[in-house]
Amino acid sequence: MNRSILKFVKNGIISSSSRINNNGFINKNNNNRWFATLPQPNRGIAGEKQPIYLDMQSTTPIDPRVLDAMLPLYTENYGNPHSKTHAYGWTSNDLVEDAREKVSKIIGADSKEIIFTSGATESGNIAIKGVARFYKEKKNHIITTVTEHKCILDSCRHLEMEGFKVTYLPVGENGLVDLELLKNTITPQTSLVTIMAVNNEIGVVQPIKEIGKICRENGVFFHTDAAQAVGKIPIDVNDMNIDLLSISGHKIYGPKGVGALFVRRRPRVRIEPITTGGGQERGIRSGTVPSTLAVGLGAACDIALKEMNHDAAWVKYLYDRLLKGITDNIPNVKVNGDLNARYYGNLNISFSYVEGESLLMAIKDVACSSGSACTSSSLEPSYVLRSLGVEEDMAHSSIRFGIGRFTTEQEIDYTIEILKKNVQRLRDMSPLWEMVQEGIDIKTIEWSQI
Amino acid sequence: MSQKSVVLHLYRSLVRESKKFSSYNFREYSLRRVSVGFRENKNKDQNETKELIQDALKNLEMVKRQAFINSMYSTNKLVVE
Repeated sequence: MNRSILKFVKNGIISSSSRINNNGFINKNNNNRWFATLPQPNRGIAGEKQPIYLDMQSTTPIDPRVLDAMLPLYTENYGNPHSKTHAYGWTSNDLVEDAREKVSKIIGADSKEIIFTSGATESGNIAIKGVARFYKEKKNHIITTVTEHKCILDSCRHLEMEGFKVTYLPVGENGLVDLELLKNTITPQTSLVTIMAVNNEIGVVQPIKEIGKICRENGVFFHTDAAQAVGKIPIDVNDMNIDLLSISGHKIYGPKGVGALFVRRRPRVRIEPITTGGGQERGIRSGTVPSTLAVGLGAACDIALKEMNHDAAWVKYLYDRLLKGITDNIPNVKVNGDLNARYYGNLNISFSYVEGESLLMAIKDVACSSGSACTSSSLEPSYVLRSLGVEEDMAHSSIRFGIGRFTTEQEIDYTIEILKKNVQRLRDMSPLWEMVQEGIDIKTIEWSQI
Repeated sequence: MSQKSVVLHLYRSLVRESKKFSSYNFREYSLRRVSVGFRENKNKDQNETKELIQDALKNLEMVKRQAFINSMYSTNKLVVE
């Protein structure tokens, strides 16, 4: 350790970065450059180790390749893409249009049909409120499901206050929507059906192609919140008869604060815009397109398209490993959601006779979540699990593990070990577990207040 | 330089630069992706290999830049390291 410091002092540099970073001689070739003496702004408390990240449904790290595509726009290509009079604007515009093309390719659309927004929440708002309000005269019925993301449910509730009728379809125990029920719920007044492609809490994949077919047959627009699905399962808007689709940047290893909305042009879907102004983005979403973020989204979609097969195989391998590790070592666990129609990067498991919050605190070294990030500040169990028919105590003890492109086998093995230890420890402390071990059926107990 | 030696040189460079990521996840992913990528394209013909070599060169430049940026903003180690 001392010798390596001396070596760098001799070369005229004392670089804190190469001392702390064990992996390398980053500054070996930068002997006399001034930037080799950079301080480390991001260092946490010394000695404390960061938890491993297994919460890919709430957000994902930015892929280095995406960052590489964005940085030129943060440094030198800073022009406004809507400036048509100078080279700064032209380069910026070319980069944004290129990004638009890449986003359209991953869903099989045309680049003219993509609108950049500030995220899937804004895309969902524009799609639902925009379509509903435009066709308000003749059609005022909207169909959705109970397991949708909060942004969709809240938009629908808002529309109900405006006078629209909304039907919230129930889901089966496996989380999938019933196609017959959907067919029977569609009326001549229905303007929009909105069903998410991959659920963010339980990971089930809805039968989008069949739903799209039903909607097309009945002349109803079909919107899908594909924030968790884009780049992970193959999506083709023409094959699946999708008219509107929401994309979120930070779920596919892109930057936070950007998303996209696909609005079909043939047959035309008319939308009443929410954000009005200079008429950018086909008038549907005015405002300067954040060129840095849009380029990041484009790069993320491009990489996701190229890596889809590799990622899917890797995620499935890790999912099998994790599930086998948990079910082999820990009895009385239940996976929430259909086992087959699911995206394998999402594993939502309930541990019987263990309290969820205390388990989450015990496995502090693994960053995962119980319930979705949007609802985690309240103490209620997640509405998605409740709508699956999961009992209160199981819903409270559920944990969601997110596996992604950057997860490693070592992290999965570490998770299994730490779960094994802590679930057993918590169960040993639990009187309910004792009673179950003795063979008493918990449901037959009559609890009384003392 | 024969194509085979160019490819081997690229592979070694990519692995060497990937090891310089200070983030555990990026480092492991990069090493894994490089080895999987080179292995699956092992038996492609001359023209395809030429394009793949160009892609690999671009990726090498990207890895060098990003490893450096990553090390500038590195944070504490993970529990599994």
